[in-house]
Amino acid sequence: METKRFEQLQETVYHKQLNNGLNIYVLPKEGFNKTFATFTTKYGAIDNQFKPFNQEEWLKVPDGIAHFLEHKMFEQPDGVDVFQTFGTQGAMANAFTSFTATAYLFSSTSNVEKNLETLVDFVQEPAFTDENVEKEKGIIGQEIRMYDDNPDWRLYFGLIENMYQNHPVKIDIAGTVESIAKITKEHLYECYRTFYHPSNMVLFVVGPVDPEAIITLIEKNQAGKGFTHKQAIERQYPEEPVSVAHKERSLPMPVKTPKCLVGYKEKTVHRQGDEMLRHELSVQLLLELLFGKGTENYKTLIDEGLIDDSFSFEYTEEYEFAFSAFGGNTEDPDRLAARLQAMVEEAKSQPIDEQTVERARKKRIGSFLKALNSPEFIATQFTRYQFNQMDLFSILSTLETLTLTELQTVLNEHFDHDCFTQFKVVAK
Amino acid sequence: MNTINEEIVELAGYRLHIVKTNKFKTVTMVLQFCAPLEESTVTKRALLAHLLKSSTKKSPTSQQLQHRLDDLYGASLASQVQKKGHYHVLSIQINTANEKFLSESSSLLTESLHLLAEAVLEPNVTEQGAFDEAVFQREKRALRQRLLAVYDDKMRYASERLIDEMCAGEPFALHTNGTLEALEALTPTDVYDYYLEMLKTNSVDLYIVGDVDSDVIQSELKTLLHFNQNEHRPIGRLQDVDKRVVEPKYIKESQDIEQGKLNLGYRTHVVVGDPLYPASQVFNGLFGGFPHSKLFMNVREKASLAYYAVSRNESFKGLMLVMSGIEFANYDQALDIIHEQFKAMQEGAFSDHEIDQTKALLINSTLEALDSPFSVIDLLYQQVLSNDALVLDEWFDDIHRVNREDIIKVAQQTQLDTVYFLQGKERA
Repeated sequence: METKRFEQLQETVYHKQLNNGLNIYVLPKEGFNKTFATFTTKYGAIDNQFKPFNQEEWLKVPDGIAHFLEHKMFEQPDGVDVFQTFGTQGAMANAFTSFTATAYLFSSTSNVEKNLETLVDFVQEPAFTDENVEKEKGIIGQEIRMYDDNPDWRLYFGLIENMYQNHPVKIDIAGTVESIAKITKEHLYECYRTFYHPSNMVLFVVGPVDPEAIITLIEKNQAGKGFTHKQAIERQYPEEPVSVAHKERSLPMPVKTPKCLVGYKEKTVHRQGDEMLRHELSVQLLLELLFGKGTENYKTLIDEGLIDDSFSFEYTEEYEFAFSAFGGNTEDPDRLAARLQAMVEEAKSQPIDEQTVERARKKRIGSFLKALNSPEFIATQFTRYQFNQMDLFSILSTLETLTLTELQTVLNEHFDHDCFTQFKVVAK
Repeated sequence: MNTINEEIVELAGYRLHIVKTNKFKTVTMVLQFCAPLEESTVTKRALLAHLLKSSTKKSPTSQQLQHRLDDLYGASLASQVQKKGHYHVLSIQINTANEKFLSESSSLLTESLHLLAEAVLEPNVTEQGAFDEAVFQREKRALRQRLLAVYDDKMRYASERLIDEMCAGEPFALHTNGTLEALEALTPTDVYDYYLEMLKTNSVDLYIVGDVDSDVIQSELKTLLHFNQNEHRPIGRLQDVDKRVVEPKYIKESQDIEQGKLNLGYRTHVVVGDPLYPASQVFNGLFGGFPHSKLFMNVREKASLAYYAVSRNESFKGLMLVMSGIEFANYDQALDIIHEQFKAMQEGAFSDHEIDQTKALLINSTLEALDSPFSVIDLLYQQVLSNDALVLDEWFDDIHRVNREDIIKVAQQTQLDTVYFLQGKERA
């Protein structure tokens, strides 16, 4: 077991990699009632082409399968519903699928060890049948319909579809009613065997726990399951050009207020570790400098009646893709898009102000501290950082070392005029 | 750990509640203003909440105020209005990183407390006794946007429409943020006059959660915060009409959407503080509150009709609300299942095991709430609103003591009031 102490934050992370490759992290939170645990596989919606376990041929699977698999993991061989088991043990369970990961989780204030074993056991015990796969299509179909009616979701995916020509990041995580109709239990087993090996997974536990006891418990649990060390997973992604697929599109929906989201597709991908952390933090800091609530730009847009408090910005970076996105509700989506782009161009022509950077840095430090109140944030973010060979707790020290020159470079590179795109939801 | 260490002190016209704990990386301060929910004040309060947090006399523009907050390591000053049965609660809060986690020594806590007091007592008003015109127009527009946005979020829209129909003529039918009509008519003078009235008439509570020194806080507050009276005004116990249902109403409405939103409203005739209140919580949990519930298991898992099918208690009003998203064509089938499951509850068709699971999860959710400063405040303030000094261990005992007969009693006295369905439009 290795220990990493973050003195300033007064947090300690305990880590052990088991013989089967599973990485376990434990962060004790004294004084908390709740223990929150995530069991995450580095396998998400974009991983739709791969060499299945022990096979040589590439396989392409239907869109939405990682998410479908997430739903089906809750079926047990003995027919017992895992939710019932967790309920009996006083735990709330859930799961989610992102572009790059699938996470299973629970939170509970009692029976923590039992719940942990239940979590690990159910995810390591698939029980797919033709019948239960068919049954799920109705449920997920309604999940897809729910998002179809959500204008913010349509706006977000509309923008990503604008950016990417071939990369599967542009496909909705849940797939479509048509694509999930093609999913069979055989597909699910192929995906399961390929991506749910312990060596591709991270278990993160945060709460009032004894790290040593937790690690010993899981070690014993895993030793009995006979996982052998396994080969590396081969995934394939289509070639993605630098340019965006569409400069501009819009979608009519039954809304009263139109929406506009714009963004830049990042040209350089495949960053990892410290390089990725620096880049991600730089773009995030730049977005704050460009459009934070204290900026001249934000004030102007509010005064011009182009934005309201739904306005937000974010930057997403993963190994395979990266993009910024900003916008919100607006009475004039075309004008807002034009103003946003012009403001970015204007910023590129000027030196970055040191005092403003200091203010943005402070704000970011404070917001990180606030986020550390949340066990959910710690577990999910730590895992995402780990998958990208970054360390969540080095955010503060990295922030302090970002230089103006570095920010200036990222400003000119990421916010490239040619990689700009806009998507609008307009009233039907 | 099952206790909240709350210290209550009577100060000039308000009550201070300090929860000293070193669990969090932040200090959270929330000022609550409670008044009866009334048509003549609801819109003014909604607007006032946002006027107070967006500028002050010292920082007359949002930008200036934002810079001060950013310099306090991204402290966030926020406000909201909430409906709690027949009360309307206006809250204004500041959430700040705890200075002990910062390398630079500063007095974030004191400055944040000062800023909160400043927002409430030194608003941005003119000599003539009116809110600053520019800020007023801006916040008016923002509130208009928030009111319009409800229509665009179909799940929320359906929930609001159900209450409109179900509680027509009762104060509870008033929307938290008021109405567009009332908003258009408001002037900067009206709202300032109302502000003065609010300070004079509302019951005020201040919550501070974090690693703070009570003596320091109290001595600061003595000079900082006082409302023109010496005594804290207790919240009057308002007598709401407990309406009996004669015949359930069925309402259908059409919009150009993809998924039907089926919402049902029941009257439980039980509110917070009633002897049957714990049983009503168990009843809701069994019926649709958790993933092992009747609705989840039957509407979703068995019939595959929905992704979500849940119920929740509106505890201050004595309502139980059901929400589900379904295919338009499945309206009758879904409704039949919901009715059937409700009847099963009235007949006591649930096992002791299900009761135990539900109790375990209810206790778990209360314990989990203690891990977030905002939930701690909610939990404590609920006691103030219900005039019920709830001790956690007693609450847990109450839950444990709930028996099958109590649950059946709640089920049998619960009446279906309204079924609301938001459906699609015929397409050519």
